[in-house]
Amino acid sequence: MKPAPFDYVAPDSLQAALALKAQHGDDAKFLAGGQSLIPAMNFRLAQAATLIDVNNLRELDYVRRDENGDLRLGALTRQRRLERDPLVKQYAPLLHDAMPWVAHPQIRNRGTLGGSLAHADPAAELPVIAVALEARLKAASARGERWIAAADFFKGFFTTDLASDEMLVEVALPPLPPRAGTSFIEFARRRGDYAVIGVAAVVTLNEGGACDEARLVYLNAGDGPVDAKRAASLLKGQKPSAEVFVAAANLAAEQEINPIGSIHASPDYQRHLARVLTGRALKQAFDRASQ
Amino acid sequence: MSELHAIEVIVNGKIYERQVESRLLLSDFLRHELGLSGTHVGCEHGVCGACTILFDGAAARSCIMFAVQANGHELATVESLAKSQNELHPLQQAFHEAHGLQCGFCTPGFLMTLIPFLQENPQPSEAEIREAISGNLCRCTGYQHIVDAVKLAAEKMK
Repeated sequence: MKPAPFDYVAPDSLQAALALKAQHGDDAKFLAGGQSLIPAMNFRLAQAATLIDVNNLRELDYVRRDENGDLRLGALTRQRRLERDPLVKQYAPLLHDAMPWVAHPQIRNRGTLGGSLAHADPAAELPVIAVALEARLKAASARGERWIAAADFFKGFFTTDLASDEMLVEVALPPLPPRAGTSFIEFARRRGDYAVIGVAAVVTLNEGGACDEARLVYLNAGDGPVDAKRAASLLKGQKPSAEVFVAAANLAAEQEINPIGSIHASPDYQRHLARVLTGRALKQAFDRASQ
Repeated sequence: MSELHAIEVIVNGKIYERQVESRLLLSDFLRHELGLSGTHVGCEHGVCGACTILFDGAAARSCIMFAVQANGHELATVESLAKSQNELHPLQQAFHEAHGLQCGFCTPGFLMTLIPFLQENPQPSEAEIREAISGNLCRCTGYQHIVDAVKLAAEKMK
């Protein structure tokens, strides 16, 4: 239960960190909050020849709004800060609502936004929020920078689009349109445990009060964030009603998610929960959108 | 591989300078290098909360941090709480009075989780208390007496 030996470097600049990653490639891992990486190293499930500790890159710890109204979040922003930040609460209420579900306060004090996204755990909240809010993720390397849509970033179990020399440095969340409402609901056996299942809903209404756009994204329901596009398209043009919510929830739960079960929950039970939570999430999102 | 790194850490107000291997866990550093064995090691993968300390004032799990990461930072362990051998911290006294511990193994982690919690929530509800301690496992008490102890501590610390 002790990690294997490794070399440790703690660069003082992003440029130096990226040069080190370019040099070491897949033999090196970035160490941000370490709340998933270090347990995996303790178990020797993960092993790196070199750890590049990025905690000195304070310039990557920020929450601000840019001139386009996008919320710009530095990759090293601690999860605890996201949970409490007034800008996040005001402009990304879905992210604000999801944060208390991310593990425990002791973990959120260390864990970072970028670390959770780059780790790409299918049971994690932050990747689902990124997809639901159509976030853009900025990857940097010694070669330059590029933006990746959240939907293209997650490539399966613990796998992302990041190349071996790239680092996730920033997340941009576009502003919610007018008449938008969001909801995040998760079921876990105990507070802070991994989700048995969870769902993020984003709906936008037209002026007549019918659904213009919708998104339903699930956690712990497949090999990454599961974007239930068919259920979402079923909602388009519809006014909120129990029947519409049930139809969308059934479609997502029965045909679009792919839960694999665990010792605590069978796939059938996860699908059942998905159905129930989707109904609740849609109700809350539509209610909020019409306020 | 694994060359030594010089670190300077403030623990419980005292400055320590040590040479550490990169893979040395912070929990092991506190216990074996500094002799502060009040920080307990339970699961060693960030689940049980027994190793919780304050890292720059915020509760964190020392078994999923490396000692080398503490360089230049300020830590507090359970040894920082009691004023003297004869005078417990009000939170410790409340645990004593309300039977918030039996074997005591998990207690340092609970205490270090609750210190910042009670600073931020001086009058917590039972639901808030239960959420605050959700990241700490206790196999003796069934938690009820711990919740009672936190309520009593909040009264004492008013």
